[in-house]
Amino acid sequence: MKSLAGRRVAGIAGIVLAAAAAGPASAAKKAEVIHWWTSGGEHAAVMQFEKAFDAQGGKWVDAAVAGGGGDAARTDGINRIIGGNPPTAMQFNTGKQFDELVSNGLLRNLDPLAAKYGWKKVINPVVLSAVTRNGHMYAVPVNIHSNTWLWYSNEALKKAGVEPPKTWDDLFTDMDALKKQGLIPLAQSGDAWTQVLTFFNVLVGEGGKDLYLKVIKDRDVAAVKSPEFLKVAETFGKLRNYVDNGMQGRQWNQAIALVINNKAGFNFMGDWAKGEITHDGKVPGKDVGCIAGLGHHVYWIGGDVFVFPKVKSKAEQSAQDLLAKVMLEPKVQVAFNDKKGSVPVRTDVSTAGMDACAQQGIALLQKGDYVPSSDILISPDVTGSITDLVASFFTDKSQTPQQFADKFASIIGG
Amino acid sequence: MKPLRLRNLTPQVALIPTWAIVIFAYIGTIVWTIRISFTNSGILPRYDFVGWKQYDRLFHSQRWSISVENLAIFGVLFIVGCLVLGFLLAVFLDQRIKGESWFRTIFLYPYAMSFIVTGLVWAWIMNPTLGIQRAVENWGWTSFTFNWLSRGDRAIYLLVIAGVWQAAGLVMAILLAGLRGVDEDIWKAARVDGIPAWRVYLSIVIPMLSSMFVTAIVLLAIAVVKLYDLVVAMTGGGPGISTEVPAKFVIDYLFNRQNIALATAAASVMFVAVLVVLGPWLYSQYFRKGRGAQ
Repeated sequence: MKSLAGRRVAGIAGIVLAAAAAGPASAAKKAEVIHWWTSGGEHAAVMQFEKAFDAQGGKWVDAAVAGGGGDAARTDGINRIIGGNPPTAMQFNTGKQFDELVSNGLLRNLDPLAAKYGWKKVINPVVLSAVTRNGHMYAVPVNIHSNTWLWYSNEALKKAGVEPPKTWDDLFTDMDALKKQGLIPLAQSGDAWTQVLTFFNVLVGEGGKDLYLKVIKDRDVAAVKSPEFLKVAETFGKLRNYVDNGMQGRQWNQAIALVINNKAGFNFMGDWAKGEITHDGKVPGKDVGCIAGLGHHVYWIGGDVFVFPKVKSKAEQSAQDLLAKVMLEPKVQVAFNDKKGSVPVRTDVSTAGMDACAQQGIALLQKGDYVPSSDILISPDVTGSITDLVASFFTDKSQTPQQFADKFASIIGG
Repeated sequence: MKPLRLRNLTPQVALIPTWAIVIFAYIGTIVWTIRISFTNSGILPRYDFVGWKQYDRLFHSQRWSISVENLAIFGVLFIVGCLVLGFLLAVFLDQRIKGESWFRTIFLYPYAMSFIVTGLVWAWIMNPTLGIQRAVENWGWTSFTFNWLSRGDRAIYLLVIAGVWQAAGLVMAILLAGLRGVDEDIWKAARVDGIPAWRVYLSIVIPMLSSMFVTAIVLLAIAVVKLYDLVVAMTGGGPGISTEVPAKFVIDYLFNRQNIALATAAASVMFVAVLVVLGPWLYSQYFRKGRGAQ
């Protein structure tokens, strides 16, 4: 019953928004863009798109929807696309989130533009394949984010008299020392998605690239039942002993803030944490250290894309053409990603000016030590089941690693 | 005979728009929801037919069983808690005490707050590093722990406490109105017979207020079934999935997890459960008695 009411409200909200957006027609190529970049650093980044688009004769109409890691924005945008009043462009995470919009023929095929501007030659191949369905390009990728980072406070580690970890065993030794000093060893947020992020850090870092791909990409049940996966589950379970009582109700930015303020030693978070670090006037890689994929050092390729729904009017189509072109221009790519804390999707732009952490990531990308993000490999539905399992394991010490592995196998197999 | 029929016809005609809304907006969407729950739909509705597949998955889902269990715990404790506390507050105010309107406002005030605000406030109060535990530690009792918010086996009871705090005032207002309607002569007669006050409340006043209680219970029961915002604001369903509730299950699968078939299956189960539990009871309380009294 709740759901019916909720859907109706969302539908009405969509109609109202659409009506507001219709407005008077203008000569400029007007583009209404739905996205969820609303925090300080994110806003500064999206402004780079807006400026460049307006400079080339467009008119950016901002339709940012805050909240829920993009859930609200995606709900709004999907509602409008299905309702026949699509926005000019709309953000998704790189991956399977827009699969069904493609299979229902609601999105524009971007192949002509890709051929015109030669995108397929310069975009990172993993990202390119993530926006390609049946050989056609259906979205413009704008950045590469990695989730698998371990951030640490140099000052807190110094206080505890330990060195930054090189292995997972080192990490536990360090955290024991931090505990003795009365510091929080591991700053963790209570939000389920951050616990999933921590789990993938362990799976990629402790388990390695091959295990991750076997489990998540091939959905190989035998790999989940292997001793290697059990080791991952044990390591992940061990982390439960190093979080503090205040975890529940803490947001991701409050967790990284504990590391920035030297109250906690470590935090697992994606590279968007850099926005918080620089915002506090600290330097990533210097004041707050970073390790890309502790253990096996694997870079995780995720990020954001923009899709362009099918629209009727020629004017709106040309606005889409322009917007897509602007987003992938080398200069705009660098300016945007610099503010966003991510890496450009173009392999032909200079990244020399980026910070020490980004350099670590770029080096791994060039070596080929990377994996596609779980959003690219599995559907939101399966991700949801994994989220439930991981969060309930991480917050309940009575569950054993073996039970975790068994349940994980049933999700992957089912 | 004829004028009477005509008189009946006019209101029927006037009600056509209402009937149209009821049939299309309410019954239509219910039927559509149930239809979708038998499909393989993802983000968009798809009109295939897969039988009971979604229901099978639903009833094998640990999260769903935890959600249902939580709803039962919350429902019973919340309704009983609100009724008991609300009734005691109403009796307290009914003693013609000084400053009654002042107390009444204070007790009813929490109800003016949304569940979102209630949830946030209580989440801070119960947070071990910010709230009660921290305060007591600072007073010198350092071994004191009150960390129910981070304990999966206890967090649901905190939701009950927050819910009762919010809604008890409403029950008080309803019952107070009822108490004021109790004939003064009954009290006089009881006093003449030497019956203690608590006995009068228990054996005479409460049965007299039964329709007020029904109203309160219906309102509270609706709040229980649609319980969502309090959970989102206070615990987010955590720690882990220990405070998940069915409405949150539906919303999560509807949008975030892009599986509207499973979401509608859950919504249909909720709908049928409400129908089965409340239907006969509402019927007997309102319609049968109401007709008989006329």
